[in-house]
Amino acid sequence: METMMAYVIGVLFAASIYMMLRRSLVKLVIGLIILSNAANLLIFVVSGLTRGAPPLIPDGANEVVGAMADPLPQALILTAIVIAFSVLAFAVVLIRRAYEVVGTDDLDKMKDTDT
Amino acid sequence: MNPELVLPILIPLTAGALSLAFWRSVRLQRMLAVIATGLLLGSGVWLMRSTIEQGFLVAEMGSWPAPFSIVLVSDMLGAIMIVLTGIIGLAIAIYSLASTPRGHEKFGYYPLMHLLLAGVAGAFLTGDIFNLFVWFEVMLLASFALLTLGGERAQMEGAIKYVTLNLFSSAIFLSAVGLLYGMVGTLNMADIAQKLNSVEDPGMVTVVSLMFMMSFGIKAAAFPLFFWLPASYHTPQVAVSALFAGLLTKVGVYALYRVFTLIFTQDVAYTHTILLWAAALTMLTGVLGAAAQFEFRRILSFHIVSQIGYMLLGLALFTPLALIGGVFYIMHHIIVKTNLFLVSGITYRLLGSYELKDLGGVYRQRPYLALLFLIPALSLAGIPPLSGFFAKFIVVRASLEASEYAITAIALLVGLLTLYSMIKIWAEVFWKKVPEHVADVSRLNGEVKDKHNWAYYVPVVGLAMCTLIIGLYGQPIYVLAETAASQLMNPQLYIEAVLGGQSK
Repeated sequence: METMMAYVIGVLFAASIYMMLRRSLVKLVIGLIILSNAANLLIFVVSGLTRGAPPLIPDGANEVVGAMADPLPQALILTAIVIAFSVLAFAVVLIRRAYEVVGTDDLDKMKDTDT
Repeated sequence: MNPELVLPILIPLTAGALSLAFWRSVRLQRMLAVIATGLLLGSGVWLMRSTIEQGFLVAEMGSWPAPFSIVLVSDMLGAIMIVLTGIIGLAIAIYSLASTPRGHEKFGYYPLMHLLLAGVAGAFLTGDIFNLFVWFEVMLLASFALLTLGGERAQMEGAIKYVTLNLFSSAIFLSAVGLLYGMVGTLNMADIAQKLNSVEDPGMVTVVSLMFMMSFGIKAAAFPLFFWLPASYHTPQVAVSALFAGLLTKVGVYALYRVFTLIFTQDVAYTHTILLWAAALTMLTGVLGAAAQFEFRRILSFHIVSQIGYMLLGLALFTPLALIGGVFYIMHHIIVKTNLFLVSGITYRLLGSYELKDLGGVYRQRPYLALLFLIPALSLAGIPPLSGFFAKFIVVRASLEASEYAITAIALLVGLLTLYSMIKIWAEVFWKKVPEHVADVSRLNGEVKDKHNWAYYVPVVGLAMCTLIIGLYGQPIYVLAETAASQLMNPQLYIEAVLGGQSK
């Protein structure tokens, strides 16, 4: 399972970078979305996947018995998803506004501020 | 529990929330901005005093013991950065009273400024690597919105580059944090530093350290990842530029200092050599880029890049003296750079342009303003007895002692070229006559009517005073930098302070 996830994450990273290298603004944002999802998946999977073993303390016991899934990556991915979501919401609004102001979807035509 | 450790984060957060609550009353927001940043500076000084007395301050959130809880840690470097955040915050808040257009103030300029400061302060104080990421994002989101306030074409173009590159670097940062967690199973920086020595695969640690270097390098605008900075920093209104120039890139530098002195010290020969060459090339490309520019704020933006190189050089040499120099350089540069941007805003106010060819004659009309420009400009170039001289001197001396002669030569050459572009600004903006094609010349002769005129000059004079004080009474500040550097050189102290299990 972990091996498969590793490939999935790798493909996602590759796809996101390919999309970000295109000239279109929309594709840039799609690339960013895939990129943040790839990073999220990475932090989720990195400490190993444990199936069907929630880190819950059974009735009457003081600590978890047996195998358990690491709860921390789940807390991390939750935070990361929220952050990525808000940042991407901003990015989407930004490209819409940029399209309105500049009037083009082509990044090559947006080089006034470059030097 | 030390209240002064939490206050630098709480004050701007509260002020930001209150400013949102008073959305309709711009006047209240303005008052709140000055009061809250003043309080931030006060709490920073308080934090500095306690840090001097006690060495390290540690606060465990929710009273959980250290590796499990999120900790706030203040060592000398963190305390210095917090004080600087307060100084710059206050200067920008006062300056904004006069310079911010009404429209921006109505669309949440002040709440965003407070949230930015909260993010910066949080990043300086946190002792938890994932929380560092969270504070970075708080800071970045506020900066994205500040950068695009106004919505002009150049701002949109600059913002797209800025946002994309910073999101990319955040994704690398997040992946690196994930891989690090996978290796050591903890997020507390002190705990990571302790456990990283027993990882089976040291090659993997180096790979992760390079991911951190790349991510923070993008945020700090180091070579070869700096190109978003000159493309975006000259586009927003000037108070925002000044705030970004002073504080924002330095958060990346701070993170590099923290991570590469505390956590990744296993393979210094490899990682710090990369840093060394990155530093040299950052200095060179920045200053050469600046030499080619003819727009006031673009020149200054490129100079941020070249100065970042000096700070990285201090870290890359990794000797006690070099770290002193680096910390000293950060202190001096934050103040000087902000000040230069603020002066550029005043000349814009007088002549209505940032293009050097449209500027001129300021010395004739405003000799004191010219003097106020000269202090930070010469300090940036490293002329004694101003603060920049000592900063450069320490770094250069450290690189000589480390027998890195090529780097020394580059550092000295870059100092010379910095002087060249500062003289270029001086000659074009202040010395030459007002160009004839400028229609607005009358503005210089007639008094600019603005009831908040004092608010332009108070921060500029104050920051110039700071520069002079660092230059003329450098000894106590050198001692602070020395303490910070010695703490950075002995990560064991940090680890013991955080994990020592002292109950507060």
